[in-house]
Amino acid sequence: MSQSVLLQALVYLAAAVLFVPLAKRFGLGSVLGYLLAGMVIGPAVLGLVGEEGQDVMRVAEFGVVIMLFLVGLELEPALLWKLRTPILGLGGLQVVVTALALAGLAMVAGIEWKPALALGLILAMSSTAIVLQTYKEQNQLGTPAGQGTFSVLLFQDIAVIPILAILPLLAMQPATPGEASAANHNLLASAPGWLRALALVAAVASVVVLGKYGMRPIFRLVARSGLREVFIATALLLVGGVALLMELVGLSPALGAFVAGVVLATSEYKHEIESDIDPFKGLLLGLFFMSVGAAIDFGLIRENPLLVAGAVVAIMLVKTAVLLVLGQRFTGNRAQNATLALGLSQIGEFAFVLLFFTTQNGILDQRITSIATAVVAISMALTPLVFLLNERVIQPRLGPSAAPEREADAIEEKKPVIIAGFGRYGNIVGRFLRANDIGTTVLDFDADRVETLRQLGLRVYYGDASRYDLLHAAGASQAKVIIIALDSSERALELVELVRRHFPHLRILVRAHDRPDAYEFIEAGLTDVYRETVDSSLGVDALRLLGVRAYHAQRAARTFLRHDELAMRELAAVRKDRKTYFSTARQRIQELEQLLHFDAANENLREVDEGWDNESLRQEAPPASSAFTAPQAPVV
Amino acid sequence: MARILIQFAHPALEKSRVNRRLIAAVESLDFVTVNDLYEQYPDFDIDVQREQELLLAHEYVVLHHPFYWYSSPAMIKQWEDLVLEHGWAYGRTGNALAGKHMLNAITTGGRQEAYQETGSNRYTIQQLLAPFEQTARLCKMQYLPPFVVHGSLRITDEEIDAAAIRYRDLLTLLATGQATEYASLQAPFLRSCLS
Repeated sequence: MSQSVLLQALVYLAAAVLFVPLAKRFGLGSVLGYLLAGMVIGPAVLGLVGEEGQDVMRVAEFGVVIMLFLVGLELEPALLWKLRTPILGLGGLQVVVTALALAGLAMVAGIEWKPALALGLILAMSSTAIVLQTYKEQNQLGTPAGQGTFSVLLFQDIAVIPILAILPLLAMQPATPGEASAANHNLLASAPGWLRALALVAAVASVVVLGKYGMRPIFRLVARSGLREVFIATALLLVGGVALLMELVGLSPALGAFVAGVVLATSEYKHEIESDIDPFKGLLLGLFFMSVGAAIDFGLIRENPLLVAGAVVAIMLVKTAVLLVLGQRFTGNRAQNATLALGLSQIGEFAFVLLFFTTQNGILDQRITSIATAVVAISMALTPLVFLLNERVIQPRLGPSAAPEREADAIEEKKPVIIAGFGRYGNIVGRFLRANDIGTTVLDFDADRVETLRQLGLRVYYGDASRYDLLHAAGASQAKVIIIALDSSERALELVELVRRHFPHLRILVRAHDRPDAYEFIEAGLTDVYRETVDSSLGVDALRLLGVRAYHAQRAARTFLRHDELAMRELAAVRKDRKTYFSTARQRIQELEQLLHFDAANENLREVDEGWDNESLRQEAPPASSAFTAPQAPVV
Repeated sequence: MARILIQFAHPALEKSRVNRRLIAAVESLDFVTVNDLYEQYPDFDIDVQREQELLLAHEYVVLHHPFYWYSSPAMIKQWEDLVLEHGWAYGRTGNALAGKHMLNAITTGGRQEAYQETGSNRYTIQQLLAPFEQTARLCKMQYLPPFVVHGSLRITDEEIDAAAIRYRDLLTLLATGQATEYASLQAPFLRSCLS
């Protein structure tokens, strides 16, 4: 028995190792690689796996749960708010209109309205994994098409949750209300309706409360132990526990995981959790896609080749057409609009999840699901070709896509600076940059310090900066500058090595304790070495690297020091009283930030920014015809 | 071809409309060196040797700055105080700059009519620039008429573009040894200021 389990695992792993890199090599993406691997080892080709497919699917389903947890974790409320119009407008309309259009198409094909609507909703999804990756590779996220695409995909990711809730209502056999998978566990199946409703609310509320207040002390405790595997276990325990709780009350485990993710999105352990469970998500999702691939019924496709081909073409045309109409106002440019619409014309990986869910709940019959699964896979496989078609044939005809780069791009708003180590030095630099409105991601490995800084309202994340995956999660590939202010120079040097190997575009600024430290850094080939006791210009240099004028940066630094000095004296008086201490400190930080905030609308700019400002003079200046009489003749 | 050194001083270039475009129009010319003083010395700690070497390597020195309080931003004064040393730039043995040319390139908030004896500023630009002219004289340099963009508070984008092209053309005249043509081109403007 155990031997056969091991053998099965080996079959899956070997197939993944063989096919995924191959698929990537041919530009097909990892999702298709997994699907292909599944098809090959499945009953259709080699028949290495088969009867235990359902059990594997159960395990693999947990990958989907983790995926939604991570989607929730990624959802920064601030980013959502910034993109609310395109997300709700463009994204919302895309899902609704496409779903309805495709449902109509399905009804024409002779499917009843309930399953047709379910199919429409499922097929409206596009592939986040493939499309975002392509845009990123082509560096197009900043264009109107890129922004539109991002908004639509984000809305779809979120829409999965309500769709999972709606789908059971579309079931053809209302006899099985509790989901098939949950039916065995559902404690409340026989309870009266009001009790079940109450239990649902209580379960979701408890997830929110647990995430908000319960998990942080636990994570802190575990983090303090310094044992990484225990931290990973805690994160998995959290996701698994929430999933189980949701199943018990008859809700979708994915929904619960999503909520837990959103709740933890602002916590200091976000990046650490993300990087720790991401490999599990990857592997389990891979397993999931492989079992989907293995479950494809090739007999059905062979019997209906025209049906499958026709469905692929029709669906992709409908999806393109809908976005061509909706995207017009958003992109304001025909070429960009075509890129947006064609890029999202495939059906995405979420469709597999939803299709799997619908079979379980008896919403769609096996025949439709099988054909739909094949259609989804084929449409994804065509995506690279569609991109190529757009680039080579369609774009040249539509003229220059002279996409006016939008300023202050919300997506690219990954923070430009990473600070590793938030001790005395990193702390000052970090607060200085923050006061100048420079986005910083701060990583620190001291759980207690992170806790204290969080109380001060500073966004600091717990984690070991010298790990590749954590740096990646902290946005190192989009950042411009990394400031290393770790306590030990050995760890700092390790980090330097890591950054050079994996993120060579990052400019490294490093703090040295003393001369011997500085020698080591210089020996390692670093040029931007700052001695803590002598040199305080690191923050100023970081600002200059990000394009701020030198003189402005210099004045900002002096203003900062002056206020920091004042704050120190003020805090010295109240430091015994913890509560007053924190609230005073927080207030001072806010004041300073407003003061230094680089924003013309801000009234508190005075000190740094009002120098040589001629706005008031401009307003006073008479219209062009008469002589201007101001005594001062300044600026411009 | 003669080489031109632009000594540029603007303490808040991030807010500038006109000067940013003027500099952009000329910095790519291969006979022009732009020395951005506030960017180079944000702490006013001027590297005297570097500055003197720059002066020696060029035939024309353009002091390019907004016309603050009928004069230059503080940086230009600091530069003069430190770099134009006695015995180097002026005095019995101070001949380093002898024979070179100097001029101001300025932007003013006030309109041209204001800079007349009957206007609100009561003096002409030429009169107000007297300290610079005399500084050049003392350093045995020839002082050329200034390049001026007036009314910068109300200037339109098209006018800025035109001014940038004019600036570029005038510098090209200087570099190709047509200083006289430059002076005569500027003459009508100066006459109007004097009248």
